[in-house]
Amino acid sequence: MITLTNVRKEYNSDVAIGPVNLEIPAGGITALVGPNGAGKSTLLTMIGRLLGMDTGDIKVAQYDVSTTKSKDLAKILSILRQENHFITKLTVRQLVGFGRFPYSGGRLTAEDEDIISRYIDFLHLTDLEDRYLDQLSGGQRQRAYVAMVLCQETDYVLLDEPLNNLDIAHSVEMMKHLRSAAKEFGRTIIVVLHDINFASQYADYICAVKAGTIVEFGTPYEIMRDDILTDIFNTPVQVIEGPNGLIAAYH
Amino acid sequence: MTTSTAAARRDARTRKKLFDWKLLLGLVVVLGLLAASLSVGEYDILSTDDGWEMFATTRIPRTVALVLSGAAMAMSGLVMQLLTQNRFVEPTTTGTTEWAGLGLLAVMYFIPAATILERMFGAVIFAFIGTMVFFMFLRRVSLRSSLIVPIIGIMLGAVVSSISTFFALQTDMLQSLGVWFAGSFTDIFRGQYEALWIVVIVVIAVFLFADRLTVAGMGEEVATNVGLNYNRMVLIGTGLIAIATGIVTVVVGNLPFLGLIVPNIVSMFRGDDLRSNLPWVGLLGIGIVTVCDLIGRTIISPFEVPVSVILGIIGAIVFVTLIVRQRRG
Amino acid sequence: MDKNRYVENMVDESTAGGVENYLREESEDAARFERVEETWPDHATRPPAERRSGAFQSAAAARKYWIILALVGGFGLLFAFGLLAWDNPMPFGSETFWLIAERRADAVIAMLVVAVCQAVATVAFQTVTNNRIITPSIMGFESLYTAIHTSTVYFFGAVGLINARTLTTFLVQLALMVGLSLILYSWLLTGRHANMHAMLLVGIVIGGGLGSVSTFMQRMLTPSEFDILTARLFGSVNNADPAYYPIAIPLVIVATVLLYLNSRKLNIIALGRDTATNLGLNYKALAISTLVLISVLMAVSTALVGPMTFLGFLVATLAYQFADTYDHRYLFPMAAGIGFLVLAGAYFIMNHIFYAQGVVSIIIELVGGSVFLFVILRKGRL
Repeated sequence: MITLTNVRKEYNSDVAIGPVNLEIPAGGITALVGPNGAGKSTLLTMIGRLLGMDTGDIKVAQYDVSTTKSKDLAKILSILRQENHFITKLTVRQLVGFGRFPYSGGRLTAEDEDIISRYIDFLHLTDLEDRYLDQLSGGQRQRAYVAMVLCQETDYVLLDEPLNNLDIAHSVEMMKHLRSAAKEFGRTIIVVLHDINFASQYADYICAVKAGTIVEFGTPYEIMRDDILTDIFNTPVQVIEGPNGLIAAYH
Repeated sequence: MTTSTAAARRDARTRKKLFDWKLLLGLVVVLGLLAASLSVGEYDILSTDDGWEMFATTRIPRTVALVLSGAAMAMSGLVMQLLTQNRFVEPTTTGTTEWAGLGLLAVMYFIPAATILERMFGAVIFAFIGTMVFFMFLRRVSLRSSLIVPIIGIMLGAVVSSISTFFALQTDMLQSLGVWFAGSFTDIFRGQYEALWIVVIVVIAVFLFADRLTVAGMGEEVATNVGLNYNRMVLIGTGLIAIATGIVTVVVGNLPFLGLIVPNIVSMFRGDDLRSNLPWVGLLGIGIVTVCDLIGRTIISPFEVPVSVILGIIGAIVFVTLIVRQRRG
Repeated sequence: MDKNRYVENMVDESTAGGVENYLREESEDAARFERVEETWPDHATRPPAERRSGAFQSAAAARKYWIILALVGGFGLLFAFGLLAWDNPMPFGSETFWLIAERRADAVIAMLVVAVCQAVATVAFQTVTNNRIITPSIMGFESLYTAIHTSTVYFFGAVGLINARTLTTFLVQLALMVGLSLILYSWLLTGRHANMHAMLLVGIVIGGGLGSVSTFMQRMLTPSEFDILTARLFGSVNNADPAYYPIAIPLVIVATVLLYLNSRKLNIIALGRDTATNLGLNYKALAISTLVLISVLMAVSTALVGPMTFLGFLVATLAYQFADTYDHRYLFPMAAGIGFLVLAGAYFIMNHIFYAQGVVSIIIELVGGSVFLFVILRKGRL
């Protein structure tokens, strides 16, 4: 489980995150949702120790992210941000292979190769595995990065808007993959999602962030209510019954 | 929302006044500096017979040159920053001055007896080409506000500079190149500097085109969307920069960092309202150049340190301080 | 506008979102590959034996690498031998022949040292800064070198410059360059607001400021003093004094080996700060230690032969093309090989075919600079 205690970060007198006190249970998918500029990505980045906080602490499975060594943390949590620098002359398989770095230090064993193959297949990148990254579309590159992060085989996986470059079909498949990764491999996956409906369908918990603080936390059943969503997103939202669960109608 | 609060908000949002008392104060300070410039010097104009002639031949032109070149380079920097939406660019960090230098060199080599107008022409043409090259590079760079942009510009400048150096070395003009290039007001005298007055056109043009240049800076799509002829504005902006840089480089020399520091300092204190910032940019440009020139004239009197050296050192210090100040925040 | 936050905004917004991939992302090929999958295929597997991730895209690519490396090395040796033996007035194999060859060998050794320094330093620098359009030369090493030599002539005359060719001066230069860059790194790369790009700009600007001072001093020199100074200010292997080799060569070897041993970590650094941290690397410590080693290499090269601004860039760019891999274990050797080939080849051709000895470094600068412009304009991606 992930615990945030009194986490605060101040950018300037207008923009601040916190204080945030939150407990994210282990196992399953937790979705961070909220309007633009609410601070979802910032929170995720702080949990992933890529960004420091001004006060407070964050513990991931009893490890304090500010004090534990990065290379130990790399075996417990992994994080993927939205924009990723990539270099040329790197194939998909080589990129995914980097996910094994915390364990093998760059020297891949036969077992590592199996694991890499497994995740490449899992995300349907098999045919692309020998292509250079700059020969892929944005969406395919996105999947390659997700594969790398999954290949790290950490208990906690943090993804910042992983569906951004994907169309509907691929978005659905990605969420299905994440759900089965959470179930089959027992991972805890925290995703920042823009689309509340994906959160509703696939997440076990929804955490709503607004203006730098947590305003709601609960199961989709608890959160998907007209008044709650309208308040979070500052726009009229109506929740209706869909074929597979609750859907928010706001168009 | 009641009408009174709406009205209050509207008033608060109106643009800052173009002329206000602070501007007047700034004007007075700069005038004071200029008066100092007129009175400082080795030649005692009050007691000797031809003092007045000396005054008219060197002091006045020198001071006028300070005004014109200070304002011109500060404005050029501003135009460049508008067009690139990047706070770190200015003619000396984008290779423009290096191109102007190359142009000057080319003219001096092929037409050794070139008049000052011909030299200027060459410098301006090359500066224009150079600035266009830089903008061409910018189209390839997707992140406009990045610190990468000035780094690319500096690399470009280094390439052009190596070409100039090669050329100068082959034609034995290397030391002269250094001398011409080093910005200095020592050699300004009547009959030689008049061409600088052309930059007044540049300054006026910047005032006229400021808003349109800003829009052009936001990118081709945005500009075309609001009905602005993007390419024409970029050409006009480039032309203005090239003219100012070319002329100042030929008459005075290289004035480093001026176009960088002045717009940034003005924005730091007054925000980003372009219209009302313009007179400040001009004033501050004049002020800084005058102060540096005064320092250069007095520090190892009776010899003079060229203004480019003082500017280079002070400019570097200010620039570094700007970057580093955030660490204390 | 909160003026205390002005600069923070100015610098923060310039690294917004941590995006360091500043060149256009989608290549024209991308659309082609998009259509590769209209539907998600079923899980496809290949026989396990075939699926491995090496440093190269395929076995053919690996073969190509070794062939090219062999060719580069071969031609390099050829030019080196040519520099030693061509136009050697003494009959081949005689004692005097080898005497002359030994003197020439000093220059060849200098070429080797400079090639390795510039090549390895530039590749590592571009990796650490996640930027393939710059070269460590602009960080101010060369401005410092110019300032030191110019002030020597200014204060002590041409005689002073000639007398200053001692080991002590060499060491002082090294210490100054490495020391000042250490100050720069610790100043701007540590602490909460560590910012790589800001550090680069500050280095460049300080270099510019020093350049102003140097130019001023230069115009006060007599033309003959200026000429003597100029000879030093352009990188030339003839500037290298063999007396410095006992210090220079071990330093270069140590720094290069250390960098090479860090290749795997450098491969990850190339992916950017966030990905590197995610995979467990201590980004800051690694970046700073790499930069220190780069400073040592650049200091040795500059102090030994003078400024060679675009050589490193030229060599690194060619190395990325020829090596066809991301892996530094293969990039470093290829870059060093190409560096030596370029230098030895250029000097051989200029000495013996064009008889235009003095301008070698400037020609290399021009070629390197033109490659820079060409690559950026044409490819948009390095």
